[in-house]
Amino acid sequence: MSAISTKRLQKELAEIRKGCPAGITLLEADDLAVWFLSIEVLGESVYKGEVFSLRFKFGPRYPIESPEVVFVVDNTHQAPIHPHVYSNGHICASILGSEWSPVLSTSAVCITLQSMLASCPKKERPTDNDRYVRTAPLSPKDARFQYHDDTV
Amino acid sequence: MSDESDYYMDDSASDNYYDDDDDEMVDGTQDSDRESSPASEGEASDDDAFGVELSAAALGKVKRKSYEVNFETLSDAAVDRLMNKEAEHVAGIFGLEPSTALLLLRHMAWNKERLIEKYMDNPEAVRKDAGILAAPPLAPTSSSSSAGVRRSARRANSVQPSAPPSTPFMCPVCCDDEPPNTYALACGHAFCSTCWETYLHTKVREEGEFTVRCMDSDCKLLADDAFIARVCSKEDSKRHHELVSRNFVGNSSQYKFCPLPGCSYTISCPSAASKSSLMTIVPTVKCPENHVFCFGCSLDQDHRPLICHVSKLWLKKCQDDSETANWIKSNTKECTKCQSTIEKNGGCNHMTCKKCKNEFCWVCMGPWAEHGNAWYTCNRYEEREGVEARDAQSKSRASLERYLQYYNRWANHEQSARLSLDLYSKTEKKMEEMQTTSNLTWIEVQFARKAVDEVFKCRMTLKWTYAMAFYLAKGNEKELFEDNQRDLEKAVEDLSELLESPIDPDNIPVLRQKMTDKTVYVLKRNEILLDDTAQGYLDGRWKWNADAAILNEAE
Repeated sequence: MSAISTKRLQKELAEIRKGCPAGITLLEADDLAVWFLSIEVLGESVYKGEVFSLRFKFGPRYPIESPEVVFVVDNTHQAPIHPHVYSNGHICASILGSEWSPVLSTSAVCITLQSMLASCPKKERPTDNDRYVRTAPLSPKDARFQYHDDTV
Repeated sequence: MSDESDYYMDDSASDNYYDDDDDEMVDGTQDSDRESSPASEGEASDDDAFGVELSAAALGKVKRKSYEVNFETLSDAAVDRLMNKEAEHVAGIFGLEPSTALLLLRHMAWNKERLIEKYMDNPEAVRKDAGILAAPPLAPTSSSSSAGVRRSARRANSVQPSAPPSTPFMCPVCCDDEPPNTYALACGHAFCSTCWETYLHTKVREEGEFTVRCMDSDCKLLADDAFIARVCSKEDSKRHHELVSRNFVGNSSQYKFCPLPGCSYTISCPSAASKSSLMTIVPTVKCPENHVFCFGCSLDQDHRPLICHVSKLWLKKCQDDSETANWIKSNTKECTKCQSTIEKNGGCNHMTCKKCKNEFCWVCMGPWAEHGNAWYTCNRYEEREGVEARDAQSKSRASLERYLQYYNRWANHEQSARLSLDLYSKTEKKMEEMQTTSNLTWIEVQFARKAVDEVFKCRMTLKWTYAMAFYLAKGNEKELFEDNQRDLEKAVEDLSELLESPIDPDNIPVLRQKMTDKTVYVLKRNEILLDDTAQGYLDGRWKWNADAAILNEAE
């Protein structure tokens, strides 16, 4: 962790502890470089009643570089069924890649993902899910996503 | 030690002996010509003409052979000048800051005409797309307005470092409340200087990106070059500049980088800029570091006389395993039932497929049941299926043989050319020997070295003639081509032999005479071959066979 990222993460953590946006809760941040947050869509949506867990991994170049963000997939958690979320938890969202800006923060990412889920009209896996999951790199940051659809 | 001095002397010696046909580009002098006479060039129309003008100037100096192209070497500074000239042209038309014009041109991948058209149509939309601040109110400008008049009225994307705002400022990126210094683009999104520096470093160094946006998430504004140069370290700014000029050269068809790693020269070759010109010329160029490459396809060798398209076909054919497949086809048969590939390496004609246990006859490929106990002879030749199978096989055998015939000759010349390094050192020794055993001076024994040079050059030509012959359609033209090829090959082998032969101290003057004569002859044969093929391309004389049939249609 560099000086910039430590300072920035401490600051973000303090703010999140003070109060998260609605539907988002900090689960764990014992390690400053790896955080877990839970996320749910409030109000009417196809994910009503479902709670998902997100894992943020921050590299030493954060916030200049984007964090690695995935939905946790294990015995107790599942990735949401969504056209931009692969069954291994990888998310295809431009703000986590080419559209990342150093001004964005953990809670900004959560809010964006929340609205991505909220606006989804139909539960569907990405069309290339099987192929991607079979060959996916460990970190989604190493995947070359094509962001084709920003309506959902 | 002697090696070094030999290399040094060689150039001057060979230049004295023969006229060197490689020095049509004269760098530097032309640059300064251009700079010293900007007034003589037309103000509005000279941009595109300027490469052509230069080559015309070069033409006057050295007579060009039909198989050579005019080209010019550009230094980094010259590329910068060209780039800025384009920017100034656009800036002049629309009354923009040149730095803004640069950003616009990069946004449009240096397609100036398209940019001008689009910008005329809707400047606001173009600016928005390109990440440039909305245009300041301007009087409509006409294309005739000259640059440098309204500049003061325009604003660029970058602003001076802003003093930390009066309200308590915290850098939104690193959360430093008292940064010593902040910067902002014209959009006013301020960040501390350290964050800008890290951000630009990441973009330029890690991502190799030269278009850098404001760090704010919703802001699309681009940082211009001056801002980047001011904020980042010297190395990063240098790298950024490199990326920018790579982009410029990469997007222009008349410039190309020397493809050799670590070489930073740019070659300008307007005559080979269009795709169609590559159907008739092989633009072999050489950068000042003596890296020879093809301007058309960036292959790092001289592939004359074969044009780029066909040499690509050939190289691909040699590389990929299509010929392996061909071998399998020629030397194996497939089980008539399960299509497993079987290579027969002995035994009788009664085949039992290991996989499906199908029993068949190797000769006629028919079922074995009808053969009884005729294990070594098959008299059922007339079966249609059997005949077809054999036909297909002999065809693919013939095609493989044909390919191998050309490939072996190609590979042989390549191998010999590669061994020429050895030949150089051997010749070097001989030259020393000659100096000690006879009273010839150093200069006088250079004929041997020149001979090796020529052999190497001609072997490269010969190599590619075999690739060319592989693809040429049968006919008189091909026969004439192969005559030239044969003459050159014979001459080269003779000269090679002479080079390899032991030196008889008494006969050195004779040897010298002989070798010099042969060298000149080889050189002439090579010229004749290259000249004839080059002329043939222009006359449309070369027709390609089925393996390169696409090219006949393209013509």
